[in-house]
Amino acid sequence: MMKPGTLILHVAARFLVPLQLVFSIFLLLRGHNEPGGGFIAGLVASGAFALYLFTFGAAVTRDLMRVDPRNLIGIGLLIAMISALPAWFHGQAFLTSQWWPILLPGGTEIKLSTPLFFDIGVYVTVLGSVMTMLVALTETEER
Amino acid sequence: MRAEVALPILVPLLFGALSLIAWRSNLMQRVLGIIGSVTLLICSIWLLMSVLDQGHVVMYMGGWMAPYGITLVADLLSAIMVVLTGMMAVAIAIYSLSSASPSHEKFGYYPLMHLLLAGVAGSFLTGDIFNLYVWFEVMLIASFALLILGGERAQMEGAIKYVTLNLLSSAIFLSAIGLLYGLVGTLNMADIAVKLSQTEHTGLVDVIAVMFMIAFGIKAAAFPLFFWLPASYHTGPVAVSALFAGLLTKVGVYALFRVFTLIFNQSPEFTHQLLLWGAAFTMLTGVLGAAAQFEFRRILSFHIVSQIGYMLLGLALFTPLALVGGVFYIMHHIIVKTNLFLISGIVHRLLGTYDLKQLGGVYKDRPYLSILFLIPALSLAGLPPLSGFFAKFIIIRAGIEAEAWVVTAIALIVGLLTLYSMIKIWAEVFWKPLPENHSTVDSNPSTKPSSLAFLYIPVVLLGACTLFIGLNGQPIYEIAEASAKQLLNPALYIEAVLGETP
Repeated sequence: MMKPGTLILHVAARFLVPLQLVFSIFLLLRGHNEPGGGFIAGLVASGAFALYLFTFGAAVTRDLMRVDPRNLIGIGLLIAMISALPAWFHGQAFLTSQWWPILLPGGTEIKLSTPLFFDIGVYVTVLGSVMTMLVALTETEER
Repeated sequence: MRAEVALPILVPLLFGALSLIAWRSNLMQRVLGIIGSVTLLICSIWLLMSVLDQGHVVMYMGGWMAPYGITLVADLLSAIMVVLTGMMAVAIAIYSLSSASPSHEKFGYYPLMHLLLAGVAGSFLTGDIFNLYVWFEVMLIASFALLILGGERAQMEGAIKYVTLNLLSSAIFLSAIGLLYGLVGTLNMADIAVKLSQTEHTGLVDVIAVMFMIAFGIKAAAFPLFFWLPASYHTGPVAVSALFAGLLTKVGVYALFRVFTLIFNQSPEFTHQLLLWGAAFTMLTGVLGAAAQFEFRRILSFHIVSQIGYMLLGLALFTPLALVGGVFYIMHHIIVKTNLFLISGIVHRLLGTYDLKQLGGVYKDRPYLSILFLIPALSLAGLPPLSGFFAKFIIIRAGIEAEAWVVTAIALIVGLLTLYSMIKIWAEVFWKPLPENHSTVDSNPSTKPSSLAFLYIPVVLLGACTLFIGLNGQPIYEIAEASAKQLLNPALYIEAVLGETP
């Protein structure tokens, strides 16, 4: 395990982690018609937290994440699962995409949809599972 | 839109996700396990009802019509298999209340169980060959993790064989799908069947057929690549072995039934002949392997192999009656085999070992348990009036009618040897006095009546199912007969999926 506390790593982590998280959100929202999506965005986000983990250790990272990564897995799966259901209420097959376009003042349109929620679910699940593994490995190492 | 065909997949996934969220509370997970499995059973019965009522139930996932999207199809065979999955889920969920140790629960026992059930149900319901591969993988990943819960040395050893052989099988399966896709340009099973009957029958089709046979044969633990099963099934937690014994190999058998009735039905004189000899050797090696064993669960594992042979025999003979027998056999076998594993778990709880030589005296202490053992054991051996008798009777009769004398003779001999194995267990575990040097663990706190009750409930329920099939076999036979009819007439399936007569 990398020794925590080197100056360059410290400084870099402080700047890179927020950037990487923003980038992951960008990838997530870009996903439906262009390259990107929940899985890759989740990996980028867990990359950010992994960097933080290597720099400051497991306990600090847990504080930063606020949610236990193990909880994230279940929550993400649940979100993805639920996104399959709205089609049912419209009498369509499960997983049929539902679109709810919202017109914002100023003419921009936001398209909310079930694929978006599915992607968010995947994002959270990937983030949760990667971080569960990494945190568990780090904690055994630190002990 | 008819939701019932997707619900058996969605329900376990949903409860799996919920019990992952509740990972801190073992109690919560147990409750979710019971609710989830009962819901699964209800949904699957709903599915069976509507299939009986209106024929094939089809759903195009995401609204993408066949053959482009992924289709879920339930014909009678799928519906029966899903109902059996639901029944086993309930049995295992109740059994786990007492048998699952807190450390297993902490490492995701219940979420994995739900995931496994979703994979099994998905494999039964999908109408897309690649999607079938995906569900196989879902199921395998869950089963790998379940098998090594606890992390003992023997478990690792068994799991390595299990993982290696199953990965090999997956690789063959995937390459076969690739070749098939190259040949017909579609992945929808109904569409493949149509396209394949239109293309010229070349050697390549036979090659692909044999590849599928090997891939599913490994999963079903058929001869010659069955040895991963007796090497691994007895190592896991007992509820897990019971679930695996009941369901996992049967997914392979189901896939064989599906593929070799729907897709590769052009040259039965080659493919089904091959299956026939595979079935014969599977029966024989399985039962001979069992005769040499002296560990409760290992004997039962070898018997899974030999019983798989009977089911394949039903498929391989490929007459209407033989297929009825095959389907009937699957139904009977899932219930009986799971039950036997559960009983081995109870005996282990009482006496602390699976080794036949150190066991004994159960009949004296617990006569009721002995009777509960006798029901599935004699049924497995095929004694009337239990369910196994009718299952074997139909298959052997079909064999005689098809004039496949050698195979039929083997099936009869294997039945006799099965009886020998069951009698061996009976004599060693239940009849003979407890060896003197054995210390009873009856004082063990975990054998208090309330915790034993949860072990007994599923055993009694499954025993009742066996008796019901045996004493009132007619409705079950009729369902099996109807499903065999559907299997022999793939045009129905194709029409239901593609919505036109080919």
